[in-house]
Amino acid sequence: MTNTPDPAPGTPLLQVEDLRVEFRMRGSTVNAVNGLSYTLAEGETLAILGESGSGKSVSAQAVMGILDTPPAYVTGGAVRFRGTELLGLPEKKRRIYRGAHIAMIFQDALSALNPVHRVGDQIAEMLIVHKGMSRGDARKRAVELMDRVRIPSAASRASDYPHQFSGGMRQRVMIAMALALEPDVLIADEPTTALDVTVQAQIMKLLSDLQDEMAMGLILITHDLGVVADVADRIVVMYAGRVVEQAEVKELYARPAHPYTEGLLASVPRVDVRDRALTPIKGAPPNLAAIPAGCPFHPRCPRAREERCPDEVPALRDVTGTGHGSACHYAEEVLGG
Amino acid sequence: MADEILQVENLVKHFPLTQGVVFKHQVGQVKAVDGVSFALHRGETLGLVGESGCGKSTLAKLLMALERPTSGSVRFEDQDVFALSRAELRRLRRRVQMVLQDPYTSLNPRMTVGDIVGEPFAIHGDPEGGRRRRVRELLEVVGLDPDHVNRYPHQFSGGQRQRIGIARALALRPDVIVCDEPVSALDVSVQAQVMNLLADLQKEFGLSYVFIAHDLAVVRHISDRVAVMYLGKIVEIGDEEQIYDHPTHPYTQALLSAVPVPDPTRRGTPIVLEGDVPSPTNPPSGCRFRTRCWKAQDVCATEEPLLQVRAARGPDDGADGGVTGSSHPSACHFADEKTARD
Repeated sequence: MTNTPDPAPGTPLLQVEDLRVEFRMRGSTVNAVNGLSYTLAEGETLAILGESGSGKSVSAQAVMGILDTPPAYVTGGAVRFRGTELLGLPEKKRRIYRGAHIAMIFQDALSALNPVHRVGDQIAEMLIVHKGMSRGDARKRAVELMDRVRIPSAASRASDYPHQFSGGMRQRVMIAMALALEPDVLIADEPTTALDVTVQAQIMKLLSDLQDEMAMGLILITHDLGVVADVADRIVVMYAGRVVEQAEVKELYARPAHPYTEGLLASVPRVDVRDRALTPIKGAPPNLAAIPAGCPFHPRCPRAREERCPDEVPALRDVTGTGHGSACHYAEEVLGG
Repeated sequence: MADEILQVENLVKHFPLTQGVVFKHQVGQVKAVDGVSFALHRGETLGLVGESGCGKSTLAKLLMALERPTSGSVRFEDQDVFALSRAELRRLRRRVQMVLQDPYTSLNPRMTVGDIVGEPFAIHGDPEGGRRRRVRELLEVVGLDPDHVNRYPHQFSGGQRQRIGIARALALRPDVIVCDEPVSALDVSVQAQVMNLLADLQKEFGLSYVFIAHDLAVVRHISDRVAVMYLGKIVEIGDEEQIYDHPTHPYTQALLSAVPVPDPTRRGTPIVLEGDVPSPTNPPSGCRFRTRCWKAQDVCATEEPLLQVRAARGPDDGADGGVTGSSHPSACHFADEKTARD
């Protein structure tokens, strides 16, 4: 629908390079994202895993171009959609990509939907604004979309208001809205965190079905190691605004190459294993206004060593020769167990 | 039984739904807890799992005598909690304490940590050796620096705040602690710290826990026995291994299959339940789960299945010719380890 130049062959669908975001608050600067890089291929599911304050949501908002400035400033890096750099674009052009090429869904569907408009109208609005459809056509299409996300009796429910839907159904409405313009990339920020586990299973299944149908790239932002293991092709693990590890999903769970990932896997209780001893990571995630020098994880790391970790920031490097990246000086030791 | 420190019998809590402001009239009731019975043994952890709206938090409030039930009883060491006088109830409160979910809102931001942890003594009287000394001891027990006694809650991380809440609950040396989603708000790496702390404290002080959570993996990890709730009722109860490795109620089976396992080599196909949980104002007749159940038959709509051990029926009676039944209490007419879906 928009005239994007044909990208060179081999250009990734989405490429984020050395992205930096800071929040300028009175008296302090919060460094939320500190040099984040990843790529997303067509049809791929990439999970961005991190705890609170890891920068996972802020980085997604920067990719979407929906950060509030001030206080947030993108201070460096690049976001390329099929080779086109988005960060420098004026808002008018940027808007063409938002929704039409890259769409996003959020954890809290209730606050993402307008409470005083019927959901059918809210979905139709997207189509009227972006595609120039007539109101009648847009309404019809909205009902089709609601049907597509498996909302029962979509035609009548289109004239209901958001509060009349359950949490799971609201999340479906938001997915219908995100898919209205048939985006190439869908960013899902903790899409099931507020939902019960049986509803979570419904929504994750829906997302993966839709991804297959529409051949979308999916970025799944989550803190849940179980959800990641279930659906992702590849994982990026974030800590203090940086990537500390990235790998294919099976590789990462079988052979973590960063002590933080190793610690997370040892911390999580499992529903399918009896009497599993938990080995927590000591301490708490860092304050982003005062990220530790050197490796940001070193104060909590059981493998940290005086000679390098407190001073030298470890670079993300391929530690297996097969694209398994780790930002740990001693990644080889972690791999060795 | 002397071994049972807390006995809950046929507990019911209905909240009235009213309409109108001046001429209020009742238009219905929310059946939040609707006939729940179980016993808590001394020194054990009983996990209560269920999805939102199943009544688990209302049940916690009833156990703490913060709400009065519509009917039924809670007995603590054979005393009916709801028949106690105010003075007796206050004495009881020393022995049954609570840890809440949100460490950000359950601590008064304008009180120092020392005052928060020491507040129970202001109500129940100072301990031997003085309040200040005991507060420092308590902070040390939960893994906080006793020298931080004059700090305020906002100076602590989420995990540390939950430790403060636990220290406060421990202050009066209780026998029972009701934990309502105590680790749900915490990051994975910190959640494990708090769970290990709770387990250590249980050993050290011989505590009994009622552990309420929606996270099935967390509940498995910490519980000796587990009760699964759906729409105000317990649908299945048993020891941790029975519930997790041999569930016989379709709801438990669906719930467990829906939990994603942090192991990409074990991707399963969950039993995806259709639809949403029905409203507790007007629960389905008979078995409350029947509207979402793949095993439901006519009898499920007419006859409410009791929570009981179900003898194995003959091989001919089973839907798939296998052994049926349940060695632990299960509230399903067709209780069976096999899900009969595959």
